[in-house]
Amino acid sequence: MAQLTLMRTPTETALVQAFDAAKATLPGDVESRAKAFEIFNRNGLPHRRVEEFKYTDLRALMREIAPFAVKPSASDAAAALAKTTAFAGTEALDVPFVNGHFVRDAVKFDALPEGVEIVPLAEALASGHEWLARLSPVAWAKDNPVYQLNSSFMADGVMLRIVGAVETPIHLRFMTGSETAVATATRILILVEDGASVTLLESHEGTNGAAHQPNDVVELIAGDRTNVHHVRLNREGDQTLALSTLALKLGGDAYFNSINVVAGSSISRHQVFAMLNGENSKAQINGVSMIKGGQHADSTLIVEHAAPHCESRELFKTVIDGEATGVFQGKIIVPHHAQKTDGRMMSAALLLSEGGTMNNKPELEIFADDVQCAHGATCGQLDDDLLFYLMARGLPRMEAERLLVQAFLGEAIEFVDNEAARDGLIAIAEDWLKARV
Amino acid sequence: MPAVQETIDQVRLIDVDQYKYGFETDVEMEKAPKGLSEDVIRFISAKKGEPEWMLEWRLGAYKRWLTLKEPNWARVSYDKIDYNDMYYYAGPKNFPSPKSLDEVDPEILKTYEKLGIPLREQEILAGVEPKNRVAVDAVFDSVSVATTFKAELAKAGVIFMPISEAIREYPDLVRQYLGTVVPVTDNFFATLNSAVFTDGSFVYIPPGVRCPMELSTYFRINEKNTGQFERTLIIADKGSYVSYLEGCTAPMRDENQLHAAVVELIALDDAEIKYSTVQNWYPGDSEGRGGIYNFVTKRGDCRGKNSIITWTQVETGSAITWKYPSCILRGDGSRGEFYSIAVSNGMQQVDSGTKMLHLGKNTTSRIISKGIAAGRSENTYRGLVSAHRKASNARNFTNCDSLLIGNQCGAHTVPYIESKNATAVFEHEATTSKISEDQLFYCQQRGLSAEEATALIVNGFVKDVLQHLPMEFAVEAQKLISISLEGSVG
Repeated sequence: MAQLTLMRTPTETALVQAFDAAKATLPGDVESRAKAFEIFNRNGLPHRRVEEFKYTDLRALMREIAPFAVKPSASDAAAALAKTTAFAGTEALDVPFVNGHFVRDAVKFDALPEGVEIVPLAEALASGHEWLARLSPVAWAKDNPVYQLNSSFMADGVMLRIVGAVETPIHLRFMTGSETAVATATRILILVEDGASVTLLESHEGTNGAAHQPNDVVELIAGDRTNVHHVRLNREGDQTLALSTLALKLGGDAYFNSINVVAGSSISRHQVFAMLNGENSKAQINGVSMIKGGQHADSTLIVEHAAPHCESRELFKTVIDGEATGVFQGKIIVPHHAQKTDGRMMSAALLLSEGGTMNNKPELEIFADDVQCAHGATCGQLDDDLLFYLMARGLPRMEAERLLVQAFLGEAIEFVDNEAARDGLIAIAEDWLKARV
Repeated sequence: MPAVQETIDQVRLIDVDQYKYGFETDVEMEKAPKGLSEDVIRFISAKKGEPEWMLEWRLGAYKRWLTLKEPNWARVSYDKIDYNDMYYYAGPKNFPSPKSLDEVDPEILKTYEKLGIPLREQEILAGVEPKNRVAVDAVFDSVSVATTFKAELAKAGVIFMPISEAIREYPDLVRQYLGTVVPVTDNFFATLNSAVFTDGSFVYIPPGVRCPMELSTYFRINEKNTGQFERTLIIADKGSYVSYLEGCTAPMRDENQLHAAVVELIALDDAEIKYSTVQNWYPGDSEGRGGIYNFVTKRGDCRGKNSIITWTQVETGSAITWKYPSCILRGDGSRGEFYSIAVSNGMQQVDSGTKMLHLGKNTTSRIISKGIAAGRSENTYRGLVSAHRKASNARNFTNCDSLLIGNQCGAHTVPYIESKNATAVFEHEATTSKISEDQLFYCQQRGLSAEEATALIVNGFVKDVLQHLPMEFAVEAQKLISISLEGSVG
């Protein structure tokens, strides 16, 4: 095949320049960054001819690169954090980030809940912390260009270690407060040791009107008999292009429950790479996207059942209004030895307007013969019969629609275990629906 | 749940080393010079006595093909094909156009006898009730050797003949439709086919005519080191109906042979085309040596309103299958259906599925696909269902199940579902559990277990489709239908 890849778009050229300029100032080992960037640069930004990015053509969508954000001053950080909206109650341990940089002063290191350790990533990278060896646990992520970009540019983040049962939820609060567009690259490494349990909340917010480009990666290594609940909320600014990745490596006899809720950003792509590495584990991975106008929301998922006797459930709900585009690409992989796997993947989309688009691609890749795997995908508008039923009982049409959509989204949200977080998500869904009228 | 013993036994019966049609026929052949060049294309065109426009069309396709790259997105792997190391034309010698069966080489007739394909009309009449008659077009390597019942079909106004003959006799008709469903530039293999296609069938059903008998084409690859490039064009004019069947076999050899066909179907207003395939090319031996590369482009265009195109396929042969019979649902109210059973064994690789493109209003489509993988084979379903902006009230139901026998094989599902219209309703199911609750309830109420009821309903449904196949073709298919649905993996 002819090598046509040498052609660079202006964005790709800008990325090369940005990396050359930044690599010396970024913390930690330059070598490994350069390696990650070189792998990325070989193929450049993924485009529609790259199967995994068929429906989210980053080469076309990223017309320019915003300058990478610098660490904000203490007062700027405090001002930005004051602007974030509350989510999920006040009980949580607050771990805030402004413009992609960890706000160290906001965390009382001497009063952390028992079983929680926090190490700022920038310092860890600079000093070569021992936990760094556990970064990048999932092969699927390493092959991914968005992940490679994060590996090249990651400027800050935290490493968390959880031992035993931690009752207090941990809230990773991201705020991009800059008035002009900035790019950020954060990396979170969470080590949940054998037998531990924890609830992780993640919220991402940003200023409206600026085309921010956050790229954040959460890597979660959960050991045997762990119990992890994870809630991620995208409430980015209305011009934001948000790329995010969750890489999970799950041990045996463990339970993992995650939801990603998209209620913001102009373009978003959330990728989940989950590897079920020990027997008898269960993973519930859900997603809810509420999009309108010209928004584009992509949920991409790979679940590899690398051990036998595991169960995975994936439930993704997308509500599309205006000319928005929803994308779901899911893949369950069952290798030869993963017998008795039970995997079920479902993607359902509601098109509320004439101009919306939904692209579904639920894949199965199965090599073991004694397994149960199923996938389903539906796409359509609200059921006329149900609408009629509600309207016949005196509800105005808008109200009836709202109720039905809420019930539709609720099916995915109800898996959230933390009550405050669940209520918060339901309220966000209600607000989104009210704003339609 | 693992596959039950009965299923395993039945799949074993059609395993690769049980291939029954692997014999060779010794006939003196005339071939084009080896390799592919403009001269070879001129040679083929001259052999077929084609008009100038056809040659130009072929040469245009060839020029285009030189600029194309072989597609590599399918989940199949094979050694690079050397397109200059095969013959593009092979026909029995002294045999420009046989006037009657008596002129056909007796060796060839024996071949068809061995394959169980009736070429003599009186024999068919003697043995079978008239309603089961089948008109056959027999294609031997690059040449159509016999077409039966031509005269009787002509009485009904039906044109059924080798495409090379149609190009000479009905050039306007061919020119009007050829390449309108699968354009010359469609894909690598279709473009190659456009440049070098040798024979295949041409069918035209006039308005309002219900074709009085089943039409069929039987493809046989015999000669070593040749590729078969057939081209079939079926046009059902307004309000007409035709059922067309296709069968194929090849000798057992260590080499891989290329089969790159193009099939185009055109259904005008209220017309219906049923296209059925029993694909049984030589699949290679159990170690993966030899076998046919089946790289086929099949597409139907529901051009008129309320037209119907149905694809039914039973796939058991070929070393590699790369085949996506599709429907373009252009006419308002048109319907596309795809029923497929793909069984892979040994080292076979199957990447097959369908595309349903909803362009018109109130269009409906249904996809039922069952993949069964055994041995060390790979079986992939790849399908696309899309609704364009104007396809209001489009409706699709897809059900694809796979079954694995042993843990050396793989079954994969790659569906693409793209909707740009809010009133379009698409459902993709991968389990058999979501059959109509009413039917299930009805059966269960009469004492059947849920599994039995499900199997009964689904089997009954598939059987219903395959009953449209005539006896000769149904035998192979019936074996597969009885395969239990237990142990499906979605």
